[in-house]
Amino acid sequence: MRGISVSTIVGFAIILLFALTALFGPLLAPYGESEVVGDVWEPFSAQFPLGTDSLGRDVLTRLLYGASRTIGVALAAALLSFAIGMSLGFLAAVVGGWIDHALSRAIDILMAIPTLIFALVVLSVLPPSVIVLVLVIAILDSTRVFRLSRAVAMDVAVMDFVEVARLRGERLGWVITREVLPNTLPPLIAEFGLRFCFAFLFLSSLSFLGLGIQPPAADWGGMVRDNANAISFGLIVPLIPAAAIAILTIGVNLVVDWQLRRSSTARRRA
Amino acid sequence: MSGLLRLIAQRLALGIGTLFVVSVLIFAGTQLLPGDVAQAILGQSATPVAVAAIRKDLNLDRPAVVRYGEWLGHSLEGELGTSLANREPITQMISGRLGNTLFLAAAAALVAVPVAILLGLVAARFRETWLDKTISIVTLSAISMPEFFIGYILIFIFAVKLLWAPSIASVYEGMGLGEKLGAVALPVATLALVVIAHMMRMTRAAVINVMASPYIEMAELKGVSRSRIIFRHALPNALSPIINVVVLNLAYLVVGVVVVEVVFVYPGMGQLMVDAVAKRDVPVVQACGLIFAATYVLLNLTADILSIVANPRLRHPR
Amino acid sequence: MSLLLEISDLRIQGQSEGRDWVELVKGISLELETGEVLGLIGESGAGKSTIGLSALGYAREGCRLAAGSIRLNGEELLGAAHERLREIRGVRVAYVAQSAAAAFNPAHRLNAQVTEAAVRHGIMAAEPALAEAKRLYAKLRLPDPDRFGERYPHQVSGGQLQRAMTAMAMVARPQLIVFDEPTTALDVTTQIEVLAAIKDAIRDEGTAALYITHDLAVVAQIADRIMVLRYGELVEEGPTRQILYEPQADYTRALVNVRRVELNKEHHASGLAAAEVEGVTALYGQFVALKDISVRVEPSTTLAVVGESGSGKSTLARVITGLLPPTTGEIRLRGERLPARLKDRTKDQLRRLQLIYQMPDVALNPRQTIEEIIGRPLSFYFGRRGQERRRRVEELLDSVELPKAFARRYPSELSGGQKQRVCIARALAAEPEVIICDEVTSALDAQVADGVLRLLLRLQAETEMSYLFITHDLATVKAIADSIVVMHQGRVVEQGAKHEVLSPPHDPYTELLLSSVPEMEIGWLDRTLAGRAAKKSRGELVLDSADR
Repeated sequence: MRGISVSTIVGFAIILLFALTALFGPLLAPYGESEVVGDVWEPFSAQFPLGTDSLGRDVLTRLLYGASRTIGVALAAALLSFAIGMSLGFLAAVVGGWIDHALSRAIDILMAIPTLIFALVVLSVLPPSVIVLVLVIAILDSTRVFRLSRAVAMDVAVMDFVEVARLRGERLGWVITREVLPNTLPPLIAEFGLRFCFAFLFLSSLSFLGLGIQPPAADWGGMVRDNANAISFGLIVPLIPAAAIAILTIGVNLVVDWQLRRSSTARRRA
Repeated sequence: MSGLLRLIAQRLALGIGTLFVVSVLIFAGTQLLPGDVAQAILGQSATPVAVAAIRKDLNLDRPAVVRYGEWLGHSLEGELGTSLANREPITQMISGRLGNTLFLAAAAALVAVPVAILLGLVAARFRETWLDKTISIVTLSAISMPEFFIGYILIFIFAVKLLWAPSIASVYEGMGLGEKLGAVALPVATLALVVIAHMMRMTRAAVINVMASPYIEMAELKGVSRSRIIFRHALPNALSPIINVVVLNLAYLVVGVVVVEVVFVYPGMGQLMVDAVAKRDVPVVQACGLIFAATYVLLNLTADILSIVANPRLRHPR
Repeated sequence: MSLLLEISDLRIQGQSEGRDWVELVKGISLELETGEVLGLIGESGAGKSTIGLSALGYAREGCRLAAGSIRLNGEELLGAAHERLREIRGVRVAYVAQSAAAAFNPAHRLNAQVTEAAVRHGIMAAEPALAEAKRLYAKLRLPDPDRFGERYPHQVSGGQLQRAMTAMAMVARPQLIVFDEPTTALDVTTQIEVLAAIKDAIRDEGTAALYITHDLAVVAQIADRIMVLRYGELVEEGPTRQILYEPQADYTRALVNVRRVELNKEHHASGLAAAEVEGVTALYGQFVALKDISVRVEPSTTLAVVGESGSGKSTLARVITGLLPPTTGEIRLRGERLPARLKDRTKDQLRRLQLIYQMPDVALNPRQTIEEIIGRPLSFYFGRRGQERRRRVEELLDSVELPKAFARRYPSELSGGQKQRVCIARALAAEPEVIICDEVTSALDAQVADGVLRLLLRLQAETEMSYLFITHDLATVKAIADSIVVMHQGRVVEQGAKHEVLSPPHDPYTELLLSSVPEMEIGWLDRTLAGRAAKKSRGELVLDSADR
């Protein structure tokens, strides 16, 4: 852990805090997720540490429930997009030829449409269930994972040690998992952080637009939307979940930045 | 030059092809998904009569290919169909809003591009100093924030606390330019902040990349002055990547506008599209989607062509 | 003559990735008279480029001029103001970099860049500077000097660009030029032209030079005096004649005597060839990379395939290994015909033919231990596991003269030469009949390369393997080959036993190639060029480098 900076430590601390909240949040919540416990937009108090929302629900409770749902869905989408993007990207890089050509062209076309616009088009006919959201985000986002993993794997696949394995007669599976994959991990780990941020912000934006996770389930983007009007009264209720989104994303980005710098200097040294 | 022209012609053809496939995808996205579109639009509780009416409106009894052909043909003529929700012609609904959205995006771009390039150059020039590190942390934070967070913070500070600008950006026809600019100050600032952060980071990376080239060291060893190194030796080579950065971020602007319009209740295309999605007004969604996607494709195409033109190696082939 | 440059007790430090400063140049002193040419010679890490740059008061990013003094005409450059250094650079001291392709700005025409220093420093107006540039182009024997500079850098060849850079350094008539490996990136037949052009130009202009290179034979042609450096320290200094013919230090002696490996082995009666290529033609797209190639590798011998870049010698290796199936022709291993494609070959066929690469750094998977790397062919081909495999790995390490303890290390913990030995052990593990060695010593320093060659010869004597040895380096060929194939532009121009190919009469290209290899002899360059001119005047066919 040489050259680790204060900002990186802050990043790790933020991620740890949010991970714990996502795991245990609902257990710590003082009230029920959709339980109406007070008046509309009550101020901070011992009873309601972060006040109440537009329907009189406890904001802290909804924030805690929202943590596991928002982070969970974003994580699921990021994982799925990686599974799709990486396997296709590696396949294209190592096999090459027409498979690479066909996949790359298809991905180019898919990337020619802005992600949010495509998602809106699809969501205009599909129900915004969690499964649909995860699938839509994952598929649209896997295009970027495909590009990067293909590029990184290409860099490794042309190296002589991969040729050695092929000349030895190793199977494709061995070449990918033993020779290529271990050497592509550092940039891909960083990319996973970025993809998670993207999925997380994207999901929040969709929820904020009313097209993501549907009420009464608590999620952070939706909470901003529910309480947006409070801002005109000088209340910061909508800023609380929005800040939570921003802080987690900053935390992940700080760690990603460090990981990127680390892997690029490691590569330069090699 | 003929090589260059051929390259550009190739890109143009590719762009037109892409536009065509994009239109197919947008159409397919709303038509060919599993289940009955009419049923999906109306929900499970719909009466058979209503479903039949929608099916007729959307011509669902005819083959998808025919419907696509008609839709594309009409769209190219500027005839975007009729809204399901209020029976108005979509072209009419969109015309004013498209102008509003372009106005917002253009204003944000005018603010963001010079600021971002300047900051990027400064950060690259003072690389690894406290100034660069501060800019880096600030911009990293800015790109980590959802647009609506930045928007509401600006509203909270400048509209609610300081009362400097309106929280709702309402514009209408016949408004003077000055008035209009005042009304959109906060949404422009929101968009600009996000875009500046992205653009600045990319500019910095592009400039640093060029400054690390051996020909820059060579210029220094020839005793060329620092400003001449930057303007004569670095800039012509950094131009192509910077143009790319700028146009890519303009493309991003076009999309980022959707969320910002909702935050500030701005009467633009993004707001319209989001409403249409919520109401499952498929023809409006298609029309908006097509326009957004086409703008995005065209901007990317412009970036491609400009960076070809700005690349000395391509401009002067062997 | 008067003292031009005086460096005393110079210390230069370098820093990588936030680690502590380490000394790269450890107290070097040197003196240079006006018009004198001093050669700085050493292997990688000797600090020679760093010293060369310090003559311009310059240190690369991550380096700093820490202590000592650098005086040009008595004026101290170390610690001088940036403005003052700027006035000196390009005017009184100029620099010629190794890679001209990277050192020219792709956005501007050559003329603009060549004349920039003279014009910007107010030494000449644009017109006379351009005339001077054209004069220098002619002097450096560049084609069409009047129009040459109107082109962009990517529009001219590497050897021409290198000479254009020399013109760029000379245009402001500096007193000193630092040449940093100016011919290293060039093919030998181009190198001799560029070397001669540089030599004539600096002699005629009376410019002093610091000539930096790793190649003693090259610097011997041009330098008056030579300094031998190692690990940032001076090993030996003296007139060129003394360094070459009466070296004092062991290290210098080793540099001079390098490649004196000579093999003395009996020739086996030829029967069935170990490997045989017959009538092979191969294409890259439309481009004919190999045209009707036939070569034979006899059992337990070494066939050297020699050629410059673009000759098709590496393509031949790709065809034999099955990576690039030929359009026509056959490849046989002990008479057994091999399928053209890699994936149609049997495991045993693959085992019998192994390949060793030029760059050991990228030929070893950085995420595997040496034991995994050498052990994999053992389990893959022979099904060896566990203890048995480990023992065999240790035997193999032993046979390539590496300690057994290396089994647990990762490649990044090894030096270049050690990595190449691991690559050899990996090839040996397959118990092959033929090993293709693709420029296996080119990326190594001369002495390390020598050790690797000796190892290969010893292993051949022990195991009766055959080598197909691909190289551009004729010294290596002389040292280890039994027979030689000379390739040029995808064709075989000459082949036969070593003594046949290396002794006259030669095919004209072989003649050009052989005569272009610098020899460790003062006056070699002048003699060779004079010889070529004499032949030409007698009307004999003499090939020129394609670069002219």
